[in-house]
Formats: sequence, structure tokens, C-alpha cells
Amino acid sequence: MTPQPRTSALAAASAVLQRDLVLALRRPSQLLQPLAFFVVVTLLFPLGYTPELAKLRSIAPGVLWVGALLASVLALDSLFRDDAADGTLEQFVLAGQPLAALLFAKTAAHWLLTGLPLALMAPVTGIALGVPIEAMPGILCALCIGTVTLSLIGAIGAGLTLGVRRGGVLSSLLTLPLSVPVLVFGARATELAITGGSPSGALYLLAALMVLGLTLAPLAAAAAVRIGLE
Amino acid sequence: MDWTWFHKFGSPPHVYRLAGVLTPWFAWPAVAAILAGLYGGLVLAPPDYQQGDGFRIIYVHAPSAWLSVMIYATMAAAAFVGLVWRMKVAHAVAASCAGIGAWFTAVSLVTGMLWGKPMWGTYWVWDPRLTAQLILLLLFFGYMALRAGIDDLGRADRASAVLAVVGLVNVPIIRFSVDWWNSIHQAPSVMKLGRPTMPMDMLVPLLLMLLGFTLYFAAVLMVRLRAEVLRRERNASWLKEAVL
Repeated sequence: MTPQPRTSALAAASAVLQRDLVLALRRPSQLLQPLAFFVVVTLLFPLGYTPELAKLRSIAPGVLWVGALLASVLALDSLFRDDAADGTLEQFVLAGQPLAALLFAKTAAHWLLTGLPLALMAPVTGIALGVPIEAMPGILCALCIGTVTLSLIGAIGAGLTLGVRRGGVLSSLLTLPLSVPVLVFGARATELAITGGSPSGALYLLAALMVLGLTLAPLAAAAAVRIGLE
Repeated sequence: MDWTWFHKFGSPPHVYRLAGVLTPWFAWPAVAAILAGLYGGLVLAPPDYQQGDGFRIIYVHAPSAWLSVMIYATMAAAAFVGLVWRMKVAHAVAASCAGIGAWFTAVSLVTGMLWGKPMWGTYWVWDPRLTAQLILLLLFFGYMALRAGIDDLGRADRASAVLAVVGLVNVPIIRFSVDWWNSIHQAPSVMKLGRPTMPMDMLVPLLLMLLGFTLYFAAVLMVRLRAEVLRRERNASWLKEAVL
């Protein structure tokens, strides 16, 4: 008979979440890197394209979302790699807790530390791109929802490339095509918010993607991590 | 009911033999259907009243576009079977599908671009179907890159299988999002203006080509599957008896 775990899956997951947050907050410089990357990429556009705000405004949705997508892909590398290297991930598999729940907690921590700050930073970079203040709630909302899905898809990619040398490039090659719907809906919501339309339709679609991701992605990530650790 | 016929699919020697037997049964009808379809499409069918002879590229374009999606689905289904029932031969099928699927996707892209030149005046338009094909090609590349990136065969099999299944869930969503994206950003293109029902003398060759291409895929899959089984079982004793 297998021994019953003493803690519930929920308690274990929240312990993982807490641990990841504490660990990350002790090394704040690593936290800032994706954020700085996002800001730098966004600010390159005025320099590379044109400083005219009217023109920048028209490409702002694409710039913001591509920047967010690249920054979140960049941050993926740190999601599982350290824990795989020092054996923590193996302990997760052996812990007798549902692996999907533990990985979901890790993904949630990852989102809190990269996705959420990205979304909060967007209004600042948005102003630099000539986005009006009234559009900010819609953009913030879209980025908050969209980055959740990006983190979830990214967890699958990071899990699949666990056993691969220099898996960073490969995991972005796997993740980016799968992220196309998020990019499309997110950029559309942002564009509607900027032009003064109602972004709710696109936001609903983004939220639907998030719900689908929340339901299925942790299972796929768990399967991927199990295979990657063999 | 007796299930031995099904369990036999799990046995590499059986599949190796079966694929060898089936290859000509797929290949010859494929040749016949493609020749008949080409004759019907390029010679018998009348030129289109809008596009003239330019439309005839559809006889290559549409079948390869159909196959690219069909092969992805086949690959993911085989990967799923391999993942759930741990059937090694199913993983071999999925591995053999990837290359063929990528090629057909590339063919549909290239023929789509060649078709676009006379129709749109440019090789590339961000047409939803072309864009979706391009993303499908990237999915195939990702699958092949992941497979190539993992040294251990068993792990490469299962990791790429997870990716294929995740991709299969995603393909309809990508198609939908790209259609939606296009409906916002572009006026309906020439292709969408009138879509009259195809007259029979254009449609029948197209269906023949579809059938021929599908049979051709099956034949190539059998050949590649045999090669894949050979590669995987190169140390097995049955192989010496079967080949030597």
C-alpha cells in the first residue's frame, strides 16, 4: 500500500508557491532582467522607426505584445532549470502529491514574478509610445490575462526541453507558434482600447484561452517534466 | 472478440512486413489517380472565367494543404497512441509522419505563393490560410527540432508526443484566431469574392488529386515507416532473418 500523504495537495502547492516567491525575492536582480528587457525592446522602436507619437501609437499594440511575448519567453529559462539541476524537481515527482498541482504553483509564482510586473510596466512604456491614458485599464487587463496563458504555455515548453542541452532557443521555438492566438487576441484588445473601442470581445477570447490553459496546461507540463527527468 | 490482429501492430517484425506488403497497394492506385487527375485538371477542365489557366495550380495546392493538416492529425493521433499504450511502433509512425507533413506544408505554401502572384499581384499576402499554413510549418519544425534535440530515443519519442498532442489542441485555435485576425485587418480578397460552386469537370479531377495525394502519402509513410523500424531495431535478431 502506498502511504497516504499527510498534507493536502493544496497545502503542498501553496508551500511551493511560497518557496518560489521567497527564493526569487532574495535575488531581485534576476527578477528585473525580463522587465528591463521588455522596456529596452519597447523603447528601441521610437529610435528605430520614428519619434512621431501618432505613428508610434498605431504600432503600439504590436510592439507591446511582441515585447511581452519575447520577455516572457526569455524568462522561461529560469522556470525549471535550477530546480532540475539540484534535484528539487525530482523530489516533486516523488513527493506523492499531484505533480500537476505543484507545477501549477511554480507557474503561478513565475507569473507573479514576471507576467504581472510586465503587465504593470506596460502603462509606462505605453505612454512612451503615445498611448492615451484612457486606454490603460484595457491594456492592463489584456496583458494580465494574456501573460497567464503565456506562462502556462511556457511551462510546457520548459518542461519538454528539460533534458536538452541549451534548451532555451528550442523552448522558444516550441512556444512561440503556440502563443499566436494570445498575440492576436491581446494585440486586438490593446488596439481597440487605444482607438477608443470596446475591447471586451477580444478580452473574453483571451480569458477563454486562459481558462483552457489553466485546465489543460498543468497536466501537459506534468507529463513533460516526468519525461524530461527520466 | 479476438484482439490479436490489433496487438500484432505492436510488433515491429509484423509491421515491417505489413508495410512492405501494403506499399505497392497504395503506390499504384496513387499513380493512377494522380495521372488521371492531372489529365482531367490540366487538359480536360475548361479555363476559369476569372482566373484563366492560373487556377489550375489548385490541383497541387489544395491536395497538399489538405494533406498537411491531415498528416499533423495523423502524427498527433499516432503520438497519442504511443504515449497512452506505450506502443513503440506508434512512435515510429509519428516520427515518419513529421518529415512528410513538413514537406506538404512547404509545397502548399510555395504553390499558394505562386498562385498569389497572378491573383494578388504579389507573392505574399497575409491571407489567413497562408498564415495558418506558415504557423503549421513552424509547428512541424518545432516537433522535428525537439526530436533531434534529445539523444535518448525513448525520451525523444515521448517528449515529442506530448508536443504533438498539445499542438493538435492548439491547431484549431490558431486557425480560428488567424481567421479572426484577418477578418479585422483585411478587406475580403479576390479569392473570397465569388465562390461559385465548382462545375463537375473541374471538381472531379480535384477529388481525384485529393485521393491520389492521400494514397501517395500512405505509400511514402509505409516506406519511411520501414526505414524507421529498421533504424530502431538494427540490433534485433529478427531483422537478420528478415533481411538476409
